[in-house]
Amino acid sequence: MIKAILIFNNHGKPRLIRFYQYFAEDMQQQIIRETFHLVSKRDDNVCNFLEGGSLIGGSDYKLIYRHYATLYFVFCVDSSESELGILDLIQKMYEKVCLSLQVFVETLDKCFENVCELDLIFHMDKVHYILQEVVMGGMVLETNMNEIVAQVELQNRMEKSEGGLSAAPARAVSAVKNMNLPEIPRNINIGDINIKVPSLSPF
Amino acid sequence: MPAVSKGDGMRGLAVFISDIRNCKSKEAEIKRINKELANIRSKFKGDKALDGYSKKKYVCKLLFIFLLGHDIDFGHMEAVNLLSSNKYTEKQIGYLFISVLVNSNSELIRLINNGIKNDLSSRNPTFMCLALHCIANVGSREMAEAFAGEIPRILVAGDTMDSVKQSAALCLLRLYKTSPDLVLMGEWTSRVVHLLNDQHMGVVTAAISLITCLSQKNPDEFKTCVSLAVSRLSRIVSSASTDLQDYTYYFVPAPWLSCKLLRLLQCYPPPEDGAVKGRLVECLETILNKAQEPPKSKKVQHSNAKNAILFEAIALIIHYDSEPNLLVRACNQLGQFLQHRETNLRYLALESMCTLASSEFSHEAVKTHIETVINALKTERDVSVRQRAADLLYAMCDRSNAKQIVAEMLSYLETADYSIREEMVLKVAILAEKYAVDYSWYVDTILNLIRIAGDYVSEEVWYRVIQIVINRDDVQGYAAKTVFEALQAPACHENMVKVGGYILGEFGNLIAGDPRSSPLVQFNLLHSKFHLCSVPTRALLLSAYIKFINLFPETKSTIQEVLRSDSQIRNSDVELQQRAVEYLKLSSIASTDVLATVLEEMPPFPERESSILAKLKKKKGPGAVSSTEQEDGKREGGELNGGGERGADSTIAASNASTPSPSADLLGLRSSGPVSAAPPSAGSLLVDVFSEAGPAAPAAAVNDDGFLSSAPPSVVSEDPAPPMPQSDELLHKFVCKSNGVLFENQLLQIGVKSEYRQNLGRMYLFYGNKTSVQFVSFSTSVTYTGELQSHIHELSLNVQTKPVEPLVEGGAQVQQVINIECLTDFSDAPLLNIKFRYGGALQNLTLKLPVTVNKFFQPTEMVSHDFFQRWKQLSQPQQEAQKIFKASHGMDKEVLKGKRIMENFVCAGVIQTKAQQVGCLLRLEPNAQAQMYRLTLRSSKDTVSKRLCDLLAEQF
Repeated sequence: MIKAILIFNNHGKPRLIRFYQYFAEDMQQQIIRETFHLVSKRDDNVCNFLEGGSLIGGSDYKLIYRHYATLYFVFCVDSSESELGILDLIQKMYEKVCLSLQVFVETLDKCFENVCELDLIFHMDKVHYILQEVVMGGMVLETNMNEIVAQVELQNRMEKSEGGLSAAPARAVSAVKNMNLPEIPRNINIGDINIKVPSLSPF
Repeated sequence: MPAVSKGDGMRGLAVFISDIRNCKSKEAEIKRINKELANIRSKFKGDKALDGYSKKKYVCKLLFIFLLGHDIDFGHMEAVNLLSSNKYTEKQIGYLFISVLVNSNSELIRLINNGIKNDLSSRNPTFMCLALHCIANVGSREMAEAFAGEIPRILVAGDTMDSVKQSAALCLLRLYKTSPDLVLMGEWTSRVVHLLNDQHMGVVTAAISLITCLSQKNPDEFKTCVSLAVSRLSRIVSSASTDLQDYTYYFVPAPWLSCKLLRLLQCYPPPEDGAVKGRLVECLETILNKAQEPPKSKKVQHSNAKNAILFEAIALIIHYDSEPNLLVRACNQLGQFLQHRETNLRYLALESMCTLASSEFSHEAVKTHIETVINALKTERDVSVRQRAADLLYAMCDRSNAKQIVAEMLSYLETADYSIREEMVLKVAILAEKYAVDYSWYVDTILNLIRIAGDYVSEEVWYRVIQIVINRDDVQGYAAKTVFEALQAPACHENMVKVGGYILGEFGNLIAGDPRSSPLVQFNLLHSKFHLCSVPTRALLLSAYIKFINLFPETKSTIQEVLRSDSQIRNSDVELQQRAVEYLKLSSIASTDVLATVLEEMPPFPERESSILAKLKKKKGPGAVSSTEQEDGKREGGELNGGGERGADSTIAASNASTPSPSADLLGLRSSGPVSAAPPSAGSLLVDVFSEAGPAAPAAAVNDDGFLSSAPPSVVSEDPAPPMPQSDELLHKFVCKSNGVLFENQLLQIGVKSEYRQNLGRMYLFYGNKTSVQFVSFSTSVTYTGELQSHIHELSLNVQTKPVEPLVEGGAQVQQVINIECLTDFSDAPLLNIKFRYGGALQNLTLKLPVTVNKFFQPTEMVSHDFFQRWKQLSQPQQEAQKIFKASHGMDKEVLKGKRIMENFVCAGVIQTKAQQVGCLLRLEPNAQAQMYRLTLRSSKDTVSKRLCDLLAEQF
């Protein structure tokens, strides 16, 4: 069983976390820190397996991880999973995430092999959905990436058809593009520039 | 800075995220987050109804804030609203929030369940999948209650879409794991098994996880999956690399599924059907053959996929442990991997070889790789791999190579990573003890260990060397000489001083003949270390000094002077001061005879499980100590310790109440100092090394007539009384007995009759009124103690009682029937509370109901070969529980029906519970000479082994 999937960057900042066993919030953060500590001190060309930290279950669990540029993808699994199998799964998932983020970010000149960290956090929900098609309740649901692509594309189509969300792409783009420039005031009042969408009846 | 994404909406979210990223300090970040939280909170609370888009945006923000490690305590209601929406995108984010943020105790579950119910009945496959995902990811009891009946129907229905079937299979698995009692199998068992034949590989992939889990719990009901799995595997293995299209990964057909199929087969013994077995062996051979073929692709993914299958195949071969030919091939294959350039493969090969080393067929073959493994230990760059190499060396060690392996591990220790040093030290200590042919080698090894890695030598290790030296006459002189030499090093570890102090104090006389180690030289050497040591070590040294006075009268004046010095007799540490005062007085008042008696050499230690082994077991989870080793260890541990049992330790323990320090027992004298206020746990006694229950007798003074004398009727409260002190004893009387008198006092007698079948039991209780006056308001109740309810919602026992008549006439007897259903294993007995009024006074007593887990045993017939094969399979340390104890009834009694094999008794049985069946194996080895037993229990569940061992040990 997969106990947790953790994605964090080279500084230990979590970028996506998913636990398939209940841990309290602060424990989740402690586990991330411990895992980062264990994984980050390892060279890049050593093996991809190591024993889990004490918080997540110690030597009964293995951390299987891959390091891509600025991101670590870590799966914490018990002894019932094949190490190499999970390693391949991480690779497949990564490729899938890259592929679909490319669709979202539309920067086609970008190197395929290098999913950028920002893309990941700006599309956290998308990455969650991809993950959801691969792993469910800690077990692997589907390994065929084409099937997963089909599922995600189906979702995208449904999203498009519902509209409303991509109402103001142009303004969104400019806002995002400028966001690292110092002139932009820190605390934009979000309420003022809210996109007007016909309001739905209250729930 | 990587390119900024364009995004597909939700500008507010993007702005917020970039704000956070621009925060220069943690404080600024927290401030920004709090501002945002306040904003969202006010939006949610505000009068203006939020549209779906805003809700979605805010929920996304909350998710991001949560990711950064901040508690989110609101927004759930909005998420529930979103998931009830008809828009896919809103529904999706709603479910996501709930799956990530809601724990299983949330009160919102009812609302969520409602949404899920609607989606499940919507016939829209995407919505159904979302709902199933949510159930699987939350997996709470409430959800299980609501949907455990529905999901199997979705799973096996003919018209369900494949993607929904996949989700339903894993959803059911999750519910089965959290609430096995709610997932009723039966009518759909065979249809689930047949999902292995499904055309859609994704369905098979999901279903196999479910089937594997169910098979582990109910192997018999799912037996048919073996032949289906073999034929599926055979079809995949023999297919061409293009046959399976999308499921072929870098020219390897369906690697993930193959691995899972091989895992499933590891739940079962080798197939009995010859044809099935032949087909499987063929598969395994094909997989081994393919490993030798040239790779179809240079990509690492290709070799990973291929080798993933190979490692699982090897694991299955090792699991079967019956095909010598395949085992040797597997071993050779792993041998090749040991030198592979891929670090991952070296790691996995070392790990697999560890299990291979415990098979009798391949142990020798594994040993041939010793040089490679030693080389790995020395040269691997990766600590994970080095650790596996150390594990393998430990597993492959036997008498023939012990010296080499121990030497290599010792030399590795000097440069080993700090994280694994302690474990390495334990392993070296265990191997040295286990395979010690001459004990001088053993002593050398341990002293080397202290020298090289003194900081990592735990107390257990140095206690153990002292135990062994004390128990072995032939090594004492050598030990004294060696520690004396070791202590001469300018800087030596404090643990060395401890061992040195203890051993010279006991056996210094054996080397005193040599002028280079004359008594005074020995004393001066020890005393030169004194000032560098911590208080417990100093205390130990003081005890060594008084022993010196007995051993060598000529040192008396020197030592008395030391004791008399202000730094001792006025030491600010009360323990040291007391020792100095007492020892000084003792040495000046007592006659030589008294001194010699009081300071006599320590008696041998009784045989117990090696404390180091116990520590390693505790430290390392499964696989650290393989079964054969454990047995060896104990056999040899026995001869090592000389099997003496003078029971000296109990008196020593008792004497230490006032001088709690590690060396108090060195003397074995009953010191009665005035400092009884010292905390009794301040020091760890040598006798405490033994991990099992301490020797101190339970102090509880049991009063014979139960509650009457202890509780005057007027103060008896209405609350159920705490269990009586003797209730445990009473419980133990009934472990192997089903009928008898459970309790008796002047008023009341309670008799028990009980019968058990599988996981059900019925118990008749007879309450007899011994007086001539009637009992009124007679009532009984059965409650559980805490442990039974330790898992929330998970009761271990289902106990139903029928009420009894409230009036019991004088001299009459009433009967009560109790039905018991065992749901899962348990260790505490339920409590039976009885209340009644006798002459107006309330009587309130609580007993333990004599229900113990062994009542649900069903004997199993087994030939000895099978027994030992299973015994070996249950080799993980936590699956075993062991006790060594003195026979309390003589040795002629055979309590359990078993087969006699050589000198020991074995039995096998299955504990029937509703949730699962736990196979148990028992081994009882009597030692007629010592009148001791060693009882070993192994079962697939650690709590069961432990509990049974505790229960049964009381019975002999």
